[in-house]
Amino acid sequence: MIKAILIFNNHGKPRLSKFYEHYTEDTEQQIIRETFHLVSKRDENICNFLEGGLLIGGSENKLIYRHYATLYFVFCVDSSESELGILDLIQVFVETLDKCFENVCELDLIFHMDKVHNILAEMVMGGMVLETNMSEIITQAEAHNKMEKSEVRAALLRSD
Amino acid sequence: MSDVVEKTLSALPGLFDSQTGAARITSRLRQLVKSITELTSKNEEESLIKQELSSMKEQVSSPNTSMMREIMVRAMYCEMLGYDASFTYIHAIKLAQQGGVLEKRVGYLAVSLFLNEGHELLLLLVNTVLKDLQSTNVIEAYMALTVVAQVFPKDMIPAVLPLLEDKLSYPKEIIRRKAVLALYKFYLIAPNQVQHIHAKFRKALCDRDPGVMTSSLHIYLQLITESPDDYKDLTGSFVTILKQVVGGKLPVDFNYHNVPAPWLQIQLLRILSLLGKEDRSTSELMYEVLDESLRRAEMNHNITYAILYECVKAIYTIHPKAELLEKAARCIGNFVLSPKINLRYLGLKALTYVVQHDAKLALQHQMTIIECLDHTDFTIKRETLELLFRITNAQNVTVIVEKMLDFLHGCSDEHTIIHLVGKVAELAEKFAPDNSWFIQTMNDVFSTGGDLLQQDVPNNFLRLLAEGSESKEEDDQLRLYAVNSYLTVLKGDASHLPQRFLQVMSWVLGEYAHLQESVDQREVIRLLTQLLDQRSVSSETRVWILSALTKISEGQTDLILDLAESLSSSQDTVLRQQAQELRQLSQDSQLYEWVLPRGAPWDSMEVDSSLSFLDGFVSEALAAGAAPYKPPHQRQEELCEDRALNLEPYSFSLPVSLSSCSITDRQSPTLLSVSSGLSGNSTELSQKAGSSTLILEGVKRVWGRDGYLRQNETTAPPVDEPSAAVQPSGQQEAAERLEPQPEPSTQNQDKLQLASSLFVGLGAGSSMSLLGKSEAPPPRFRKKPRPHESSSSSSSGTSERSSDSSSRSSHSTTDSFLYGSLLEEEPATSISAFSHTPKSSTANGLAQNKDTKEDRRANTSQILGGDMVIVRPNTFQDKHPSLVSSDLTALLPADLKDLPHSDVISLTSDPSLSLSSCRLFRDEALLLVILISNCTETVIKDVAVQLTCEELETASLRGNVMNCLEGNSTSVCHYALLMDEPHTNVSFTGTVSYQTQPGHTNTLSFSGTLSAADFIRPLVVSTEEYGKLWLSLSHDVKQNLKLLTDASDPLRTTLNALKDALQLHVVDIIGSEGIVACRLLSGAPCLLHCRVNGAALAMWLRSPHPALPDCILYHCQRALAQH
Repeated sequence: MIKAILIFNNHGKPRLSKFYEHYTEDTEQQIIRETFHLVSKRDENICNFLEGGLLIGGSENKLIYRHYATLYFVFCVDSSESELGILDLIQVFVETLDKCFENVCELDLIFHMDKVHNILAEMVMGGMVLETNMSEIITQAEAHNKMEKSEVRAALLRSD
Repeated sequence: MSDVVEKTLSALPGLFDSQTGAARITSRLRQLVKSITELTSKNEEESLIKQELSSMKEQVSSPNTSMMREIMVRAMYCEMLGYDASFTYIHAIKLAQQGGVLEKRVGYLAVSLFLNEGHELLLLLVNTVLKDLQSTNVIEAYMALTVVAQVFPKDMIPAVLPLLEDKLSYPKEIIRRKAVLALYKFYLIAPNQVQHIHAKFRKALCDRDPGVMTSSLHIYLQLITESPDDYKDLTGSFVTILKQVVGGKLPVDFNYHNVPAPWLQIQLLRILSLLGKEDRSTSELMYEVLDESLRRAEMNHNITYAILYECVKAIYTIHPKAELLEKAARCIGNFVLSPKINLRYLGLKALTYVVQHDAKLALQHQMTIIECLDHTDFTIKRETLELLFRITNAQNVTVIVEKMLDFLHGCSDEHTIIHLVGKVAELAEKFAPDNSWFIQTMNDVFSTGGDLLQQDVPNNFLRLLAEGSESKEEDDQLRLYAVNSYLTVLKGDASHLPQRFLQVMSWVLGEYAHLQESVDQREVIRLLTQLLDQRSVSSETRVWILSALTKISEGQTDLILDLAESLSSSQDTVLRQQAQELRQLSQDSQLYEWVLPRGAPWDSMEVDSSLSFLDGFVSEALAAGAAPYKPPHQRQEELCEDRALNLEPYSFSLPVSLSSCSITDRQSPTLLSVSSGLSGNSTELSQKAGSSTLILEGVKRVWGRDGYLRQNETTAPPVDEPSAAVQPSGQQEAAERLEPQPEPSTQNQDKLQLASSLFVGLGAGSSMSLLGKSEAPPPRFRKKPRPHESSSSSSSGTSERSSDSSSRSSHSTTDSFLYGSLLEEEPATSISAFSHTPKSSTANGLAQNKDTKEDRRANTSQILGGDMVIVRPNTFQDKHPSLVSSDLTALLPADLKDLPHSDVISLTSDPSLSLSSCRLFRDEALLLVILISNCTETVIKDVAVQLTCEELETASLRGNVMNCLEGNSTSVCHYALLMDEPHTNVSFTGTVSYQTQPGHTNTLSFSGTLSAADFIRPLVVSTEEYGKLWLSLSHDVKQNLKLLTDASDPLRTTLNALKDALQLHVVDIIGSEGIVACRLLSGAPCLLHCRVNGAALAMWLRSPHPALPDCILYHCQRALAQH
């Protein structure tokens, strides 16, 4: 099961955080800080897995991360997930974001936080991997975008 | 609407985004983000966010929903940064409730981010979710399902469950998939509630949409992990699915980098490995498909490695097949040798998993492993050490432990240190080649692990030292070595040493410094005293050090007095107290010998946790008028009784749990109380004030890790016996492997050397048992088998009990023999014996039985007449001469003649019949004999006696129905009465029906009272048994009674008086103390401890039954008052 998904930038500023287990507000912030601390000091050419710190559950849990330009994508998972599988899931997530936002960048994540969350919800639901098929995720996301636009349009027409 | 307008609109979206609606939505956020990124300090950020939050607070109060969406996104942003925006939670729920689809979406998203499953606001969402689940709009149902799978209150599951079940057959597959996952979530949080829909999970597994099937695998993985046996029948289906996936039968959509549905494959392989584990026939079903997977997975992408890895793991988990194992081993080679670091990591992980089955694989990759050991990556290094840990044996332990310690020295991650240090300690204890290495390694462990160390590491170490092995000489050598090593350490700079290490050292020095004869004890004392002066030493450690000093202080009075003097002004009260104790002990060598007996064996130490040595003090205080101590349950009861209204209907259940949990921690006043400095920390002990098992906790704990205890118990041959045959072959094999390497450089030479030392003992010659966890070589340090593992007090208590009950059960067989199984035994230890009757025990210890008040009045008058049994005030004059006892015995059956019995008293009479009764005291029951005398000359027919008593168990034994009773003759009928719950007095009623003339039935009713004294039997025990039993009893009552002072030996007279009145058994009288035992029939025992205290008798009663002591006390008081 996936315990948490975190995205933060090279300075440790959180860009997205989604916890599938309940932690207190303070613990969540501590986890983000600790994870950043652990991940940021790792070189580029070493492996993408590391054991979770004490906060997120010790040796039972693993941090699996990828580093893209200015952003770290970190998945915290328990032993029931395949490391390489998750690593590729991150890739799928990022590629999907890239397609949805057309050359995704850090700012997209900040300004469209709700959209990013919705895309993530298509992939991972309640800590379980729901969908790994990129085209399917994009179809769903686009359906929602369309709906949003049509609503805006409708609202505009009403106001006219 | 015209075409023109529509065209314009369709061309506009880009403009909309920047100008209207959506644009306005993000503008505030954009501003916020922009200003936050411009900030430099955390303080500025905080004030900015605070400002933002307060402006949001204002905005939410205005009911503008389009603003709401924007506010929600801003709130999410603030929450992500760690600021509290809880005032928006309720608005998020409102948004989900009331908004259009778009608002709903944001509302649901915000809810799933803000709230957790236990949040109270979530209940407000339930109705919305229900409504949306039933909505015809797919999008609404979809969003509701998403939120259900993320957060949903557990208690509300039944409400949505039927709706979710419906969704399993919804036409749209995305809905079906989400429903399956939501049900899985429910299964995780409340498995019982979804029990009935397991059949539907099977349907989902067979769904025509592969996506739905994939989601159902989540459930099956969970279910099969929990109980693989229940799902063996599905193996065929899983194999078929995997075959189809591997064979590329799925739509191309499911491919990822040309690999068909890799995540699905991974999931299936995991399920299969669980199913095939230790099951040959199931495993055979999957060999083919595993082979196929291995073959198909061409090495072209990360994700294929993921599949391969799962495949290899599955092959090694299920029932082995040689051909597959070989292929899997080759695969592992590919992983380990891969230049990609991620794959190498997985290779190491696979090796770690596999070496348990096949040690040779590690040998094949030894050079890679050694490279990984020096790798810059922390994760790789750790995994390598994990692997080495698995292949450790007696021959390579020194090298491996050295590597681990090296790693530890350069490591700063707390979690890793704790984890690894435990492993080093485990290895050291298991495989240590000699004493010096062991002690040195443990020193390293303590100094590196520091205070992060898990408590059981020092505990186990000390326990090992203390208990030793079979040979005393070896033990002493080890101890001596430890002492020497610690003295050396302490002579250096000790200020940086962790507290735990100091504690261990001071304990060992205190206990064993005397073994080292060449070092002056004064020197040891000096070193320890020095530690006390250091500021870095914590107060807990100081206590340890002082305890050690106490132990070695013998004969060094001058030094100790100085020390005690300097500490007596310490700020720390605990230290001051210890210093005081130290001073006392050093001045009184007899006391010292008693408190700290040198060389006393561990097992024989008794700790008096009930503080029985204070008994004298307590009884003095009682005599001086102090209120007797009442256990908490009793106090609570009294509180309940004091109240006008009892508002706590269940409060009486409390004593049950109390009595059952406190049963072991009672100590006898007859046992010698020995306080010991066992754990060197007496303050901690007294704070815990628990059972005697607690006391030994400092040293007596069991390894939590695999196998150590088990190995202790086996008496394996000593490890020193070298496995000579193994070593050369291992090295030889290693050498063979290394041969093909071209001209090793000097650096390589080093590595080769390391390799040979690391992998020694792993060769083909060495049996795999060296590695298997279950067959590990015998540990170097074996602990003595300890038959008396549990503390003597509790175990003896239990054994006493069990023998009790067995003897009782033999009683009952004879009973049933005699009485046709009419008597039923009530074991003393049964729960009912502990349960509490609300009627008993008031503040003064007297029972107050509301329905016997009247009787008691009668009782009193009767008691003055010297008889305990009461004759009901009766208008009838007894016209007939009452039977004298000699007559009675003539009437009784032979087997009852010899029983002790009371006088015969008249119950009632009428012109035809006269009834009287007599009590016979059997061990297991009170026999009530009712004598029915025919006072007429004529025959009385059909005499039937009926006896009832609410509080007692009554059984008619014989004679309650008679066809005819001759004139002027007497017949007897017996009842056996059992008292399960102590009652001070009980009354019985009965009727006799008879016919003087045919068809004319007369009835005569009678009644009487019995006292608890009738049901009390002596309990014959020895003083020793009494002591043991005392410990095991939980309910106690203390009270001062009147002492019969007129005689020369007041105690004996008083006890004899009690004995006569109550059938007690006087176990022993020693000086001014007497111990007395009795029981309620053959049930719950009650022990009385009496002590002359001035003009009073301080009585302390204990029983497993909460009400029994009160009841007995009541009768004791009566008996003495009557004297």
